[in-house]
Amino acid sequence: MRAIGIILAGGNSHKMKELARKRAVGAMPIAGSYRAIDFALSNMSNSHIQKVAVFTQYNARSLNEHLSSSKWWDFGRKQGGLFVFTPAVTAENSLWFRGTADAIYQNLDFLKSSHEPYVVIASSDCIYKMDFNKVLEYHIEKKADITVVCRDMPEGENVERYGTIKMNEECRIEDFEEKPIVAKSNTISCGIYVIRRRLLIEMIERCAEEDRYDFVRDVLIRYKDQKRIFGYKIKDYWKNIATVEDYFNANMDFLKPEVRNYFFRQYPDIYSKVDDLPPAKFNVGAHVSNSLVSSGSIINGTVENSIIFRKTFIGTNCTIKNSIILNDVYIADNTYIENCIVESHGTIKANSYHKGENGIEIVFEDGERYQM
Amino acid sequence: MIKKEMIAMLLAGGQGSRLGVLTSKVAKPAVSFGGKYRIIDFPLSNCINSGVDTVGVLTQYQPLRLNTHIGIGIPWDLDRNIGGVTVLPPYEKMENTDWYTGTANAIYQNIDYIDSFNPEYVLILSGDHIYKMDYEVMLDFHKQNKAECTIAVMPVPMEEAKRFGIMITDENRKITDFEEKPANPRSNLASMGIYIFNWSTLREALIKEETLPNLDFGKHIIPYIHEKGLPMYAYEFNGYWKDVGTLNSYWEANMELIDIVPEFNLYEEYWKIYTRSETLPPQYYAPGSVIERSIVGEGSEIYGKVYNSVIGCGVTIGKDTVIKDSIVMNNTQIGDNCELVKTIVAENVTIGNNDRFGFGDSAENETDPHIYNHDLVCIGEKSVIPDGITVGKNACIFGITTPEDYENGSLPSGKTMNKAGDMR
Repeated sequence: MRAIGIILAGGNSHKMKELARKRAVGAMPIAGSYRAIDFALSNMSNSHIQKVAVFTQYNARSLNEHLSSSKWWDFGRKQGGLFVFTPAVTAENSLWFRGTADAIYQNLDFLKSSHEPYVVIASSDCIYKMDFNKVLEYHIEKKADITVVCRDMPEGENVERYGTIKMNEECRIEDFEEKPIVAKSNTISCGIYVIRRRLLIEMIERCAEEDRYDFVRDVLIRYKDQKRIFGYKIKDYWKNIATVEDYFNANMDFLKPEVRNYFFRQYPDIYSKVDDLPPAKFNVGAHVSNSLVSSGSIINGTVENSIIFRKTFIGTNCTIKNSIILNDVYIADNTYIENCIVESHGTIKANSYHKGENGIEIVFEDGERYQM
Repeated sequence: MIKKEMIAMLLAGGQGSRLGVLTSKVAKPAVSFGGKYRIIDFPLSNCINSGVDTVGVLTQYQPLRLNTHIGIGIPWDLDRNIGGVTVLPPYEKMENTDWYTGTANAIYQNIDYIDSFNPEYVLILSGDHIYKMDYEVMLDFHKQNKAECTIAVMPVPMEEAKRFGIMITDENRKITDFEEKPANPRSNLASMGIYIFNWSTLREALIKEETLPNLDFGKHIIPYIHEKGLPMYAYEFNGYWKDVGTLNSYWEANMELIDIVPEFNLYEEYWKIYTRSETLPPQYYAPGSVIERSIVGEGSEIYGKVYNSVIGCGVTIGKDTVIKDSIVMNNTQIGDNCELVKTIVAENVTIGNNDRFGFGDSAENETDPHIYNHDLVCIGEKSVIPDGITVGKNACIFGITTPEDYENGSLPSGKTMNKAGDMR
């Protein structure tokens, strides 16, 4: 591959509500066994990008733990590898990343010391499969300066939290609006960009000189008429998970056979850190219907239309409906949970009742853990 | 200079012929166990959990699956700069090129490998037992007693002692005598096939005895050391230990895992069992599926009903299919409306719709009654079973079969059908 990868995983979203307390969005658990960033990392690995930098800043513990070894995504190579960059104090600079462009600027040496001609930039909070080689081919064919991966959202869907794009018939981007109040287009940017490495360095340096820090606003939007910026439209599954609702729905999508088939059974695979947990276990009294259950879990109760993450214990006579139970949760007997996301490592006392009445309730319980 | 206090040599070359069709294409240590594991995961995990980071794995019989599984040892953290896991097949020499003719002969042929680590002690393990054991504690025992050889033993019921190699010890657990499968056992301490030797002693014994045919630890090396009067001790182990050498004991050991709190608990945090995970996604349970008293590996999709069973990774179980008291290994696809009772289905098998296994009156297996018994049905890897077939008890199917292979759409109890060539 002729590109290096950058994954922007710094962000926090207040739309994640309490879920953001524990971790960056990129470290959010997805589909029972994965983390959101696995999708970007696996896509890079499967596109034969060998050198990838992850820029992170907000509450990075969980993410760092997940990225503690690069071998799961096959980045453990002498050539290239996986690099995690957090803000650092230097002689010139003691600031946090003030934006995506600033994050790249503060780590410009990574770009300068590479020799690959192109850079693929992706965000850590999207669920998708993509061969970046195809985007790169398109980029070269269009003689583009920057290529932005974009996607049409269904008519009527609220796109105000995305960047919206208008393209001409050549697919050159004419208009780019970040988080518009009234959107003029339902084509949104997926937050995936291909750009020549030297051009990126040049533009990021210029941004820094002008005290501009945001890649979308200060590079894409500011230069949209000067530079040849093209859109690469995708039609496959793609979902951003940076709100509680979208996070919930993205997980629930995996209950659909076509989504599971697309991600789990079709080439290429999505990789994740291996946890070495025993198979899931179902004791007498377990009833599981239309649900995903991950390894290390022990189920004694009823589970319907739910996603049970790793190492969950569900006690006797419990009912879990239409909910997401994150990693390592202990749910004691006779508990009822509906329309909830139960935060990881929680311990739910016996006879509890949690029901999200208006939308999804986030359950944050740090009860005392009983011995399993 | 490289120096390791103790290295392990894991004997994984055996065929395990009493597992029948399960080992016709794979070595016994590579046979699936407990949904997602393979038998060799247990000794390998024990090694790394005990701090033994150098393991030579001696392979000979059907090593492909085993080699693929071990790879460079990543799942067990045995990918090391110095040491780690090394697969040791037999190799050609200037003279006396030979297969591994016995357990000790295999070690003898790899003296150079062991010497390269300059170890004080060598731990000999076999790759076909299910147990969790801290070899470091055993080594402490060995050192404390200033032993030249320590043999792990476990107490067995007196009436079963005649099936084992029995150690007779004094009150300090010093071995005074031993007997192989004695008619009238004088002790109930059975050897588990786990030895710690001082390398210098073992090395000398191997070289002295090299010319003996089928050089074996139990038959030659232990007697040699005993005759020399060197101190040998028995290290008593009282945990779970299971020899899964026969189809029935293999089936039983799997079934024991689904007890509410199994005697052999895989869910303990402090002694994890590691394995190569080929699949990662969670399991899916469709509406209308039933799952009770079972364990299921990653990525399986269950549309039918599963009771008292061990299901591997990437398995699909079709709608209205009922699985009872069975073992289904990785990546097997089972169609709709089937019924499986006490059936062991190996990896990558395709079963059609409306098939029934384990039905009819029991009959002894015609060709290998010592292998296929206890009413178990066994289906070899990569077999294909067409729609609407009924298979009896103590039966075995191996290979790609078509409806024409089955008279009246059935394979009666006790029959063996082999369409795959070489098979035991």
